Amino acid sequence: MSSLNQYISLFEQNRATIYAASPEALNRLRPAALSALKQFGRLPGKRDEGYSKTSLEEMFAPDFGVNISRVTFPVDVAQSFKCDVPNVSTLLGVVVNDEFRPSATLLKNCPEGVTVDSLAAVAASDPEFVEKYLGHLSADRDAASALNTLLMQDGVVIRVRKGVKLDKAIQIVNIFNAAAPLMSVRRLLIVIEENASARILVCDHSQSSDYQYLSSQVAEVFLGDGATLDYCDIEESSEKTSRIAQLFVSQASDSRLTVNGTSLTVGHTRNEYHIDINGEGCDTELAAMAIADGSQVIDNSSRINHNAPRSRSNQLFKYLLDDKSHGAFEGLIYVAQDAVHTEAYQSDRNMLASADARMHTAPQLEIYCDDVKCSHGAATGQLDRNALFYMQTRGVPEAEARMMLMQAFMSDVIDRVPIEGLRDRLRHLVERRLSGEHAVCGDCAASCHK
Amino acid sequence: MEDILLKVDNLHAGIEGKEILKGINLTVRPGEVHAIMGPNGSGKSTLSGVLAGDPKFTVTGGSADFHGVDLLALSPEDRSHEGLFLSFQYPVEIPGVSMVNFMRAAVNAKRKYFNEAPLSAGDFLKLMRQKREIVELDNKLASRSVNEGFSGGEKKRNEIFQMAVLEPRLSILDETDSGLDIDALRIVAGGVNRLKTERNATIVITHYQRLLDYIKPDFVHILYKGRIVYSGGPELALELEEKGYDWIKQQVDNQ
Repeated sequence: MSSLNQYISLFEQNRATIYAASPEALNRLRPAALSALKQFGRLPGKRDEGYSKTSLEEMFAPDFGVNISRVTFPVDVAQSFKCDVPNVSTLLGVVVNDEFRPSATLLKNCPEGVTVDSLAAVAASDPEFVEKYLGHLSADRDAASALNTLLMQDGVVIRVRKGVKLDKAIQIVNIFNAAAPLMSVRRLLIVIEENASARILVCDHSQSSDYQYLSSQVAEVFLGDGATLDYCDIEESSEKTSRIAQLFVSQASDSRLTVNGTSLTVGHTRNEYHIDINGEGCDTELAAMAIADGSQVIDNSSRINHNAPRSRSNQLFKYLLDDKSHGAFEGLIYVAQDAVHTEAYQSDRNMLASADARMHTAPQLEIYCDDVKCSHGAATGQLDRNALFYMQTRGVPEAEARMMLMQAFMSDVIDRVPIEGLRDRLRHLVERRLSGEHAVCGDCAASCHK
Repeated sequence: MEDILLKVDNLHAGIEGKEILKGINLTVRPGEVHAIMGPNGSGKSTLSGVLAGDPKFTVTGGSADFHGVDLLALSPEDRSHEGLFLSFQYPVEIPGVSMVNFMRAAVNAKRKYFNEAPLSAGDFLKLMRQKREIVELDNKLASRSVNEGFSGGEKKRNEIFQMAVLEPRLSILDETDSGLDIDALRIVAGGVNRLKTERNATIVITHYQRLLDYIKPDFVHILYKGRIVYSGGPELALELEEKGYDWIKQQVDNQ
């Protein structure tokens, strides 16, 4: 029996409660999601194409609780979450399990033309806006996003209106806080309108490392003509946390997008990036770094569709795998027939720090147009022995030299992060991660286990 | 024994089961400069690698005593702390590791080895500034990744800069002149000479007499087929320059 069924029956048994707790703009998407799920019949497993290292069937198999009846978890937002990204003052919102809570500064300082609010609230106050966007990109095209749509009850809406250039970064902290195994259905709707710009930082944390958590995340991003978005996502949860995160983006002409994914601590994660370049003159940078040890699994897949001419995309994925960890990267660049003068590059570089670590990589190009520049490359290797010896001859102890080399390996991904203070933060996090100080974002209060 | 810095005794070593060093004997005292010359493939770089602790070589016999310490029993980093320095023939590029971080790690590791507190940021920068002058190394290089994108001359000057910072008791310069034009050679050799004291010593490994015009050796040894087959004073280098290695090869091969 498929583990999907337990969630379908959960939905069917609690249909009335779910419908009563959510506005129509969310409920209206559920019937289509349900029939799509019934058609899929099951979640993808390792034998399905593109899922060689992730079985969602297994990930969803434990009988996770879902907060159907909207129990409020007692987390004092003001107390627990002070943003600590140096030199970056952010507009902070926290998602406790799946419930959005704005910080006091966010409520006070949110500039005009900018919305950072609960999805449930916006769906009630401005259904027209939500209906115009929500579900349009995810569109039940796969079982994971359909299940997210079926069960979603809240989430975050970020909207930056036409022409508004938002200086401050918006930070969304997703946090698990439950003394029982829990699945959270998280939803993010981002609309950056014409010529507007924003920077968004999303961090995942688990306040307890004792319980199994599962995060189902769907983010839909709409970039208007000439819009700019820098989007950074950091996973620093726990080894008992799993997640399936899907990012769907639609880019209109001359829009600029930078996505940086960082997977530092998590049990099993699957990140999917679906980016549709629908306008001319777009620029898309997608970079991700993954550091795994123990028996962690980090699985990234990307699909960039060049549907329009004269746009450029560039991808860099880097993995550092130790112990018995597994990494997977499947990346597809698709260039449509009339997408002339497309430039699309993809690179995957991996370092195996142990004999038992495994990397699976599958770069793919699908090009239906002659006049393009595209390239892809993948390489997996080990620490440079010559560099290690060189450093040792200067007196740097082997363990420290290894760590410096591993950090150096990640430096070009970090250098691409467009938020300066965040780059320093990431260097620090990577250093801590590599020195074996596990999981917690140090003094970033968002993860303090108090 | 007090005045012997390095005593290599009947050293045998090889790589992947193939013996390259077949019984090296060498004694170096403080204040001395030794040149080791020899044709290609004679084992010159193997000798420097084995002394520095390169794990790709296996020592199969003999010993190396470094001011009373069993050199071959130490890790490469502890050999460095004890005062051994190897200037690489091909300095390694390390993308992503800045010179500053690299040197800070090196300096503080040595201080830790001798139970000293790490240098303060101010003192460290002062030290860098002082030592840079010795080889006229550009400040810009400090913020760059180790050796990455350095010219051949910059790489070798960077080696001598590191030597100046670490103040070794014994420096082994492996083909330091390779890839250098005459101006860079003068600067590098000048740096080595400025670092020379009565307490420390230098082993210069080279193909050519050229470098020895700038760094004057007290002894010249000829390495051939994994053994030091001939030792003499500085005049031996000139003789080699004039006559090549064939006469030595013949002498040895006919024995």
